[in-house]
Amino acid sequence: MSDKPVRGSLIGDGLAQVGALALFLLQVLAALPRSLRHFTETIRQIFFVGAMSLIIIMTCGLFIGLVLGLQLYEVLSRFGSTASVGTVVAIALYRELGPVVTALLFAGRAGTSITAEIGLMRATDQLAAMEMMAVDPLAYVVAPRFLAGIIAMPLLASIFNALAIFGAHLVAVSWLGLDNGTFWSNMTGAVDVWTDVMNGVWKSAVFGGVVTLVATFQGYSTAPTSEGVAYATTRTVVYSSILTLAIDFLMTAFLM
Amino acid sequence: MNADSASSTDALVRIRGLRTRLGAKVIFDGVDLDIPRGRITAIMGPSGTGKTTLLRHMTGQLVPDAGEIVVDGQNLAQLDRNGLFDLRERIGYLFQNSALLTDFSVFENVAFPLRQHARLPEELIRNIVLLKLQAVGLRGAADLMPAELSGGMARRVALARAIVRDPMLLIYDEPFVGLDPIALNQVLKLIRVLNATLGLTSIVVAHELSAVSRVADQIYLIAAGKIAAHGQPQELVRGETDWTRQFFGGEADGPVPFHYPARDYAADLGFTKGRA
Repeated sequence: MSDKPVRGSLIGDGLAQVGALALFLLQVLAALPRSLRHFTETIRQIFFVGAMSLIIIMTCGLFIGLVLGLQLYEVLSRFGSTASVGTVVAIALYRELGPVVTALLFAGRAGTSITAEIGLMRATDQLAAMEMMAVDPLAYVVAPRFLAGIIAMPLLASIFNALAIFGAHLVAVSWLGLDNGTFWSNMTGAVDVWTDVMNGVWKSAVFGGVVTLVATFQGYSTAPTSEGVAYATTRTVVYSSILTLAIDFLMTAFLM
Repeated sequence: MNADSASSTDALVRIRGLRTRLGAKVIFDGVDLDIPRGRITAIMGPSGTGKTTLLRHMTGQLVPDAGEIVVDGQNLAQLDRNGLFDLRERIGYLFQNSALLTDFSVFENVAFPLRQHARLPEELIRNIVLLKLQAVGLRGAADLMPAELSGGMARRVALARAIVRDPMLLIYDEPFVGLDPIALNQVLKLIRVLNATLGLTSIVVAHELSAVSRVADQIYLIAAGKIAAHGQPQELVRGETDWTRQFFGGEADGPVPFHYPARDYAADLGFTKGRA
């Protein structure tokens, strides 16, 4: 008896959030041309969300490559196809793992800091002060971060992929003895620039937009309290991770 | 205390029939007031009475449930976002908590409105910013970050930022909080000098009666959602009504309840008749 209203309100709240996020996206898109006036701010944000995320992206990429190389070599050796290690690693990374894992790491590293920063700006009246100085916070604060996410994510995913392939090469070639030429020639022969590499690039650009959109929305609409900012930061990770994986499925279905 | 008694034709801000409700609480229930041009008007009232909310109405940050707000001949309800931003470019607003941009230095905070709205040579921006910082006594702090400032210093930087574009209307929300006597004196002097020399109009929301009476030409006392009293500081301080007597005399008893509405005190402590 008491479950129904709770479930109803959960669904209602969820739909209201999706609607509010969609409206926010439209507002941000409308503010994008005006944000080009503040392009130095966009460049500053690319540094903060991109360059500052490099260490975690590179470290995780390397370890994922090491694990992939190890697992695939072991499994493929059962079928006598260890020569395909490089190919499988590269295709898995370019198509799926690179964009998706980078987006999840990006949500944890850059998304949370964007939400906390904008949430604190809301709590300390900095956004209201901008409004009072006739500066649109959507154009000055939100849009540059959104653009920075779209620009930085494909670059980060590319670096992630490069380090992961290097990691797989370390394990398969340097450690387990696979022929270096076989590793590279099979990979370059099987990986297509348009269907594999570029699909990953489009995906990571979309994921960058999704993560920064969710992060800026959560920060912008947070309750101006320390608890509000804490909840908003958590919601950024949860919502952007779910959205990333759901959109990944849709994009994979359409791009394949 | 009828606002019409003021010279409404020369009012920079004119408010009529303002009604606002936040949740279940009635904040304003038919407020009329005029802010005359070139004068310093203080808005006072008990805590939580809606003084900051009134300022937010005047600047279009918050839309009232009913009533008309006209600023410099423009009805705020009829302005779109661009119109509102054009109007705000001529308003300086000093926030209660300073609201400095924490990523920027003191210099860049004060330069921010200039960089956003005026295409000026860097040297001119530098000179204007240093002039304004000198006026608030913080030229030497230009390179500090907001986190390195005390509350009083941050307020003075925010004041420099509010006046950097020489606005027509300056709104001070609690400008005297956290200032030591020297800084307070200088800020009071600054408010008077700015108003007199630049022909500004100023609105000061504050609780410090002694400070307010030194600068304000007129005071509006807001209580219980209405204008409880209106007049020159020396008239109101005489305390001719219950409202002014209690507020300016700082008394607990009067029309403004000191205690938030609560259950019976004895019952709340568990003392019921016949037991304690």
